[in-house]
Amino acid sequence: MTLITAACAIAAIIVLVLILTYIAAKGLTTINYEFLTDTPKPVGEGGGIGNAIMGSALMTLLATAIGLPIGIGAGVYLAEFGENIFGNTVRFLADTLIGVPSIIVGIFIYTLIVLPMGRQSGLAGALSLAIIMIPIVARTTEEMIRLVPQSMREGALALGAPQWRVTWNIVMPAAASGIATGAMLSIARISGETAPLLFTALNSRFYNYFFDQPMASLTVQIYNYATGPFEIEHQMAWAATLILVGLILVINVLVRFLTKKKY
Amino acid sequence: MVAMMVWTSLPTIRMFGLEFLYSGEWQPASNVFGALPFIYGTIVSSLIAILIAVPISLGIAIFLVEQAPKSISSPAAFLVELLAAIPSVVYGLWGIFVLAPFIRNYLGPFFQDYFGWLPLFQGRLTGFGMLTGGIIMAIMVTPIITAVVRDVLEVVPNTQRDAALALGATKWETTLIVLQNASSGIAGAVVLGLGRALGETMAVTMVIGNSPQITASLFEPAYTIASVLAANFGEASDRLYLSALVEMGLVLFLVTFVVNALAKVLVLGVAKGTNAASKA
Repeated sequence: MTLITAACAIAAIIVLVLILTYIAAKGLTTINYEFLTDTPKPVGEGGGIGNAIMGSALMTLLATAIGLPIGIGAGVYLAEFGENIFGNTVRFLADTLIGVPSIIVGIFIYTLIVLPMGRQSGLAGALSLAIIMIPIVARTTEEMIRLVPQSMREGALALGAPQWRVTWNIVMPAAASGIATGAMLSIARISGETAPLLFTALNSRFYNYFFDQPMASLTVQIYNYATGPFEIEHQMAWAATLILVGLILVINVLVRFLTKKKY
Repeated sequence: MVAMMVWTSLPTIRMFGLEFLYSGEWQPASNVFGALPFIYGTIVSSLIAILIAVPISLGIAIFLVEQAPKSISSPAAFLVELLAAIPSVVYGLWGIFVLAPFIRNYLGPFFQDYFGWLPLFQGRLTGFGMLTGGIIMAIMVTPIITAVVRDVLEVVPNTQRDAALALGATKWETTLIVLQNASSGIAGAVVLGLGRALGETMAVTMVIGNSPQITASLFEPAYTIASVLAANFGEASDRLYLSALVEMGLVLFLVTFVVNALAKVLVLGVAKGTNAASKA
C-alpha cells in the first residue's frame, strides 16, 4: 500500500517539476534586456513586457498598502478581542471570502468602481487585489498571534501595562515574523491573480504611472499572449510566465527557509 | 457585495425569472439568456476534477502523515504545496500548449479506439474540452485537498493508532481506522476542493473550449460560469447582457459560499470531536 500512496506523492511532484522545467526551457530563450523593459509592439517587431511588470508592481504595491494594515488590524482584533458573536461572524465571513472565486471580486469592483468611473483603472485593479488579500492576511495574522503564549500577556498586564500596550508592544513583536510570513505569501498570491484584473485594470500598451487609467499587468499580458494566434506571442507568454513564476517561487522558498530557522 | 450584484442583475431577474437558471438558450446578440449550459459545464468539470483529485490527494496525505519518515515527508509536503502557489493563468498556459495537445494526440485517440462506442468519448478531438478543464483543475485542487486532509489526519490522536496496533491490526488496517475517524474532516476537504474547482477561472477559460453547449462527450468543448465571465465580461456593453453575466456571477457566488460554509462546518466538526475525545 505504501507503494501506491508514495506513487501519488511522486506523481504530484513530477507534475510540478514538468511544469517548472517546461516554463524554464521555453521562457529562457526569449528573455533579454529589451524584453524586460520595452512596451508591447505589433506582432513581429519584438517588444517586451516592461510596462506589464511595472503595472503589476504598482498595483500589487497599492493593494498591499491598502490590504496589509486592514488585514493585520482585523487579525489582531480577532485574536485578542474576537471571542464574541461579532468576532465569530467576521471570522466566518473572512473564511468564506477566502473561498469566493476571485473573478466574483472582479465583478463586484466592476459594478462598484468601474461603472461609476466610466472606465477601467489601475485603482480598480488594486482594490480587487486588496479585497482578495485582506481575509488571507487577517486569518494568518490571527493564527500567528494566537501562538503567542498567554503567560506573556499576563506578565505584561501584571506589570501594569494597559491592554493596548500589551497588544502593541508585547504581542505584536512576538508574532511579527509570523505575520510577515503571512504577508509575503499573500503578496505572492495576489501577484499571480488574473481573473479580478481582466475587466477592472484591463490592460495597456504603454508605461502608465497613474491609477485612474487602465493598467497593464503581467498576468493579463500572459493571458492575452497565450490566447493570441501567433507563435511569437506564445514565446513571450512563456517568458513572462517564467518571470512571474520565478518571483512567486522565490517568495515561497524564501518564506520556507525563514520560518524553518525559527523552529 | 451581494446587494450590489443583485442590483446590477435586476434586469435579467425581472425579465427571465427562474427560467434563467434552466433555459439552455444563450444568444447575447438577440437578448436571449439562459444559464443552463454554463451551470452544467461548471458542475461536470468540477466533478471530473474532484474524481481525479480526491484519490490522489488522499494517497499523498496518507503517505505524508502515516507512512513517510519525517526527512521525506516535510520536503515532499512543501513541493506539493508549491503546486498551489503557481498562478492559475500559468496552468492555463501549460494546459494550452502541453496538456491539450497530449489529449488531442494520445489520450483522446486511445479512448476513442477502445471505448469509442460510449457517448462519453465521442465527438471532435480538439484537445480543448471538458476533460482538459477537469484535469487542469484536478492538478490545482490536489494540493488544497491534500493540505486539509493532512491537517485532519494529524489531529487524530496517536492513542488510536497505538490501540489499533496493540490489538494486532496491521499498519494498513490502522490507517483505515484513522481514516474512519477523520472521515467528516476528509469530507470537508473534498467539499473545500469542490468549492475551489467551481470557482476556478483562468486555467479553465483557457482550455475548456468556451462553447455554450450541453453534450455527454468529455472531449467536446464546454463552458463554465467563471470562464464565461472572464471571457465576455469586458465586452458586455449592453445593459441586459451585463446584467445576465452579473446574475451568473451571483449564482456562482452563492453556490461557492454555501459549499465553503459546508466545508468549514465539516472540518471544524472533526477538530472539535477529536479534542473532546482526547479529553474524555
